[in-house]
Amino acid sequence: MKAHDIAALLDEPACAHNLKSKAGCARTKPGATAGGCAFDGAQIALLPVADVAHIVHGPIACAGSSWDTRGARSSGPTLYRIGMTTDLNEQDIIMGRGEKRLFHAIKQAIDTYSPAAVFVYNTCVPALTGDDLEAVCKAAQSHWSVPVVPVDAAGFYGAKNLGNRIAGETMLKYVVGTREPEPPPVDPRRPDIKVHDINLIGEYNIAGEFWQVLPLFDELGLRVLGSLSGDARFRDIQTMHRAEVSMVVCSRAMLNVARKLQEQYGIPWFEGSFYGIQDTSNSLRGFVRLLDDPELTARTETLIAREEARIKVTLEPWRQRLHGKRALLYTGGVKSWSVVSALQDLGMDVVATGAKKSTEEDKERIRELMGKDARMLDDGNPRLLLDCVRDYRADILIAGGRNMYTALKARLPFLDINQEREFGYAGYQGMVALARQLVRTLESPVWQAVRKPAPWSTGDRSHG
Amino acid sequence: MVEIFSRGKALSINPLKTSQPMGASLALLGLHRAMPMLHGSQGCTAFAKVFFVRHFREPIPLQTTAMDQVSSIMGADDNIIEGLRAVCEKARPAVIGLLTTSLSEVQGSDIHRIVKLFRGRYPEFQGIRILPVNTPDFDGCLETGFAAAVRAMIEEWAPAGGRPGHHPRQVNVLPGSFLTPGDLEALKEIIAGFDLHPVVIPDLSDSLDGHLPAGDFSPVTTGGTPVTAFATLGEAAATLVIGASMNPAADLLQQRTGVPDHRFAHLFGLDAMDTLLMTLAGISGKPISPRLGRQRAQLQDAMLDTHFLLGQARFAVAADADLLNAFCCLLGEMGAEVVAAVASSRSPLLEQMPIAQVKIGDLDDLERLARDRQAEVIISNSHAAETARRLELPLVRAGFPLYDRIGAYRRTWIGYRGSRQILFELANILLSHSQHDIAPYHSIYSCKPDYRQEVSAHGIATASADSARPH
Repeated sequence: MKAHDIAALLDEPACAHNLKSKAGCARTKPGATAGGCAFDGAQIALLPVADVAHIVHGPIACAGSSWDTRGARSSGPTLYRIGMTTDLNEQDIIMGRGEKRLFHAIKQAIDTYSPAAVFVYNTCVPALTGDDLEAVCKAAQSHWSVPVVPVDAAGFYGAKNLGNRIAGETMLKYVVGTREPEPPPVDPRRPDIKVHDINLIGEYNIAGEFWQVLPLFDELGLRVLGSLSGDARFRDIQTMHRAEVSMVVCSRAMLNVARKLQEQYGIPWFEGSFYGIQDTSNSLRGFVRLLDDPELTARTETLIAREEARIKVTLEPWRQRLHGKRALLYTGGVKSWSVVSALQDLGMDVVATGAKKSTEEDKERIRELMGKDARMLDDGNPRLLLDCVRDYRADILIAGGRNMYTALKARLPFLDINQEREFGYAGYQGMVALARQLVRTLESPVWQAVRKPAPWSTGDRSHG
Repeated sequence: MVEIFSRGKALSINPLKTSQPMGASLALLGLHRAMPMLHGSQGCTAFAKVFFVRHFREPIPLQTTAMDQVSSIMGADDNIIEGLRAVCEKARPAVIGLLTTSLSEVQGSDIHRIVKLFRGRYPEFQGIRILPVNTPDFDGCLETGFAAAVRAMIEEWAPAGGRPGHHPRQVNVLPGSFLTPGDLEALKEIIAGFDLHPVVIPDLSDSLDGHLPAGDFSPVTTGGTPVTAFATLGEAAATLVIGASMNPAADLLQQRTGVPDHRFAHLFGLDAMDTLLMTLAGISGKPISPRLGRQRAQLQDAMLDTHFLLGQARFAVAADADLLNAFCCLLGEMGAEVVAAVASSRSPLLEQMPIAQVKIGDLDDLERLARDRQAEVIISNSHAAETARRLELPLVRAGFPLYDRIGAYRRTWIGYRGSRQILFELANILLSHSQHDIAPYHSIYSCKPDYRQEVSAHGIATASADSARPH
């Protein structure tokens, strides 16, 4: 990928970070960097496409330590869970055999698995030696008449976020618009209902959580035409240009996709979240606002009223147990406010929230929810997080899995809110799972046990 | 003679192999107050970190030189210097491991030169040891990366011209990457039982054994071998080397210090343990304790109890060479058959394994071989869970990574006791997955009422006799 293409991707006009002096995403610091690379980001964004053969072109480290780790679920094919890599060795690299190996690897994947398409992910070494990924994919596609898509997001191009964007850009360039959708199937119980087609961008169906929301969409008459990329199929993504609305779910990383779908196909978009009662309702209303269909509006309001009433009753006992508990939330971007509202729905106090990856807009939202003195943490190093927990007398740290063992070693209740988690928190129903997990850790008897010094120890201890 | 089949396909499917930089990082994590830093793009480190966090369920110190587009092409020397400075300043480690990746190797980075440059520029960090190791992932696997890092530690820190036996109770131990923290704990106990003092290089059982430390947070490892221990290696009475992968490191230590070494391919099963104990008795001049004698007798008893199940049982094993060999030996001792053996990477050890064929390959190779040769049990890492599910076979988890079982990372496999435990487990698995049930046969003349019913349902008697016949 050329330097100016990368620069263009980093400069996302729809991203509010851009309004400040620094241009787009900041560069990384050697010796003081956490987080994944562009390849990681691209792979996360596209791996949930379930019927595609995902081939990582490079030496073993890229696929070897990352395959079969994500929590995204599929309702059908499991091909996406098969790890595939060209596993380049020293001779391949010295003798320049990478392209040839890749070509045969694509053939092998097609012969063995008959995939709907093949996605080929570039990595640092072939990017450095100059393998022509695009040409190999093109040749393979014309040879075997299966779509073969080059995802050129080598690790050194930048951070995870850039990889997300490259992945989105690649879908727009090679996949979206290559097929027309079939008309939606008719629901025999409601044959006359007008079905609207929508896109979801940035929803990954972690732990299957979107299946808690999808039945609501069915009831409203919203068809998910294409999703990037939770429980997606290749043929769905091909038709995303025909949707009436796009929703950007909980992540700004793929704003470029929503923006370009609007520029190229006139599809309006909005940002929303399915975490929390309030946000779930707001998101459903987001579709209503852009679709302008009075019947849909009526159906939506009825559904929201019913679901909110139902979930409030279900949550009541949980809310009593969680009431007044103090949470410190450390998570990036949109989640910084969307999860705040979910926790407040449960009666908890959010004493501070991370805002490292949040935009000015996000921060405004946080102030709306938490008051204008809301405490926002810009730096997430473990030492600082633990100090904040102590200073704000938080009862629990809610953060990504990476921080889990930091919290546990500090004898602190913890809830995992990111990618690899095993519980789905989305939608009205997801709130119950969220409440249960919070109570499970907060009320656990182990905290007392692990803070108790050995009865024979005489020295004073700072913990307790 | 073992027949070795090399990789014969373009695509690696469901990789078995874990990379060299990961292995070297693991070795560094066995040193006290250590911080491994991968010289590559930030993803190399992020992936490695998540991998180890999931395996050990511990916070893992690991940093990156964060090569980006400019430094990948124009040279990343400054990234190394900047990275070393940042880690020295912020984490105050005792040791930094500077480990290359394919990216920096292909670029041609000379890490040894840059470390000298760094030393000149920042004399204030002289007290912090820096260990540069070349570990490209286009070569080798976790096992070889681990061994390369240990060899580099000896190269850098073991003083030449030792005085072997000056510390007559000290025994150096060079354990391969296939020994778990639980294995190392057991081994240290056994050695201590001979009134000997083990110095384990590196000691994962002291850093990644899953302990709750007194403090709330440390940016570097809490536990492990202190770097100062290397100064004493040349004064030990002997060195124990576990795993053929450690031979290059052992050669260097032997040559450098003159301390005699004793090499063991593994410590699984009766024979290996017998040899170890005789060696320790020889070094220490102490008799083997009755307690160990008792454990030996218990293992022998377990071998008798389990041989009815394990004899001729068909196993499929996929792992790095040392671990693969250990299982082949243990299973061989029991009369079991390894019908499918897959190694992640080439190793001189493969030629000496007690089996007929080895495939260098991935879990897809394991799956096909296990299916073709009707294996009954799979032994491999957590990635093989899906493989085993498709084959409808039980999986015994061993190797790297182990992320879908709590505590699997610290299981004790070695010793009489560890071996006994494996035999019990394997036998129980075979017991519960027994396929030796004889299908019922219904006589055509039978008057059993339930059977009559079936006959009338089929109309003619022979039909049901056919369907009852085993297929």
